[in-house]
Amino acid sequence: MKSHIWRPVFVVIGLVGLILLFRLIYVPDDFGTNEQGYMYGYHREGNVDDWKNFPSKYKDSEYCGNCHIDKDTDLSASRHAMIPCENCHGAALDHPVDPERLKIDRSRDLCIRCHAQLYTPTSGRSAIPGINPDQHNTGMECSVCHDPHNPGLEEM
Amino acid sequence: MKRRDFLKKSIIFVSGAGLSLSALELLNPRDLLAANPEVRWAFLVDTHKCVGCGFCVKACKIENEIPLPANVTRTWVERYVITEDGEVRMDSPKGALHGFTSKKLDQNASGMLEIPDEETTQEFFVPKLCNQCDKPPCVQVCPVGATYQTNDGVVLVDRSWCIGCGYCIMGCPYGVRFFHPEHHVADKCTFCYHRITEGRKTACTQACPFGARKIGDLKDPEDPITKTVLNQRVGVLRDEYGTEPHVFYIGLNKEVR
Repeated sequence: MKSHIWRPVFVVIGLVGLILLFRLIYVPDDFGTNEQGYMYGYHREGNVDDWKNFPSKYKDSEYCGNCHIDKDTDLSASRHAMIPCENCHGAALDHPVDPERLKIDRSRDLCIRCHAQLYTPTSGRSAIPGINPDQHNTGMECSVCHDPHNPGLEEM
Repeated sequence: MKRRDFLKKSIIFVSGAGLSLSALELLNPRDLLAANPEVRWAFLVDTHKCVGCGFCVKACKIENEIPLPANVTRTWVERYVITEDGEVRMDSPKGALHGFTSKKLDQNASGMLEIPDEETTQEFFVPKLCNQCDKPPCVQVCPVGATYQTNDGVVLVDRSWCIGCGYCIMGCPYGVRFFHPEHHVADKCTFCYHRITEGRKTACTQACPFGARKIGDLKDPEDPITKTVLNQRVGVLRDEYGTEPHVFYIGLNKEVR
């Protein structure tokens, strides 16, 4: 056959070869369909471990109770027992090493997440004692009068 | 060709053609194992218990490094208000990052709306997160294989592989995917994969004071989530899409979209 036919054929074959070579270098070895099959499992397998090694910030309340036994006992006996420590005290991260002290959120905004009174007839919200944040001692931190670890009104 | 040869060859041809291709396929032991994996993560939301405090949203954003001021979130809480005239209104200011602290409903362009108590017949909160579908449409549409389903049922995004085309964000019927403002790739709820694989609860579950959110393993018959899903009346969102979502809701209304 004539060379003007063969030449583009070689060019195409060369291009395909280049693309395959690029793919071989660029695509990681662990890329494949894995257990979930082609439709849902086509991925780089190492990424599963990347996500498993993602750093965690919240430690859970049991971790806090290991050292702060007195506070843990106080809180467990109160009506706020179900609130995890880190919701107000902030994520523990690597406390007590880093950070050495946690920053407590004493803002009104934190308390009114639950205690701003709403009319919610078909939700558990209506069972929580509530105030109108625009009228109830505005400008004051709730913890001036209320003890978050013992919020019962009878002991105020 | 002799008559004997003709008959021989005919028999070989017919028996060869009659053999189905699937009979020649070798069974891969890994495929068989995947068909019956040991863990299948699922989530249970009790909408009766949710009070709209938004601690879950805050914990999720901090745990998973989603910038707090950015108007994107992996989980959020919606407030539904149904009035006497049958009107359904919904709001979720900042995804309820700071909870629901006002009676006024954020109606976006039409401003804040206050509905009188006596007109309200139902008002409740519905937490939302990724449904970790068994047939995830977001995974099917990914052109580069950057998002996938793990063998315990969680859909993850490979941040180093995602090209940010946004097909998956459009493909998700639940709107749980978004662009990460810092990494510039698609992002979504991972069921806190780094926590659950260590046997801990998700950040949103541990932050919920009311037990409205629970994570569990559907393959474990002793798991309280499995028992609830099997024995109680639970619903899923947008069942009609055929995605087989694995976030189950107790007390789900038809008004919830």
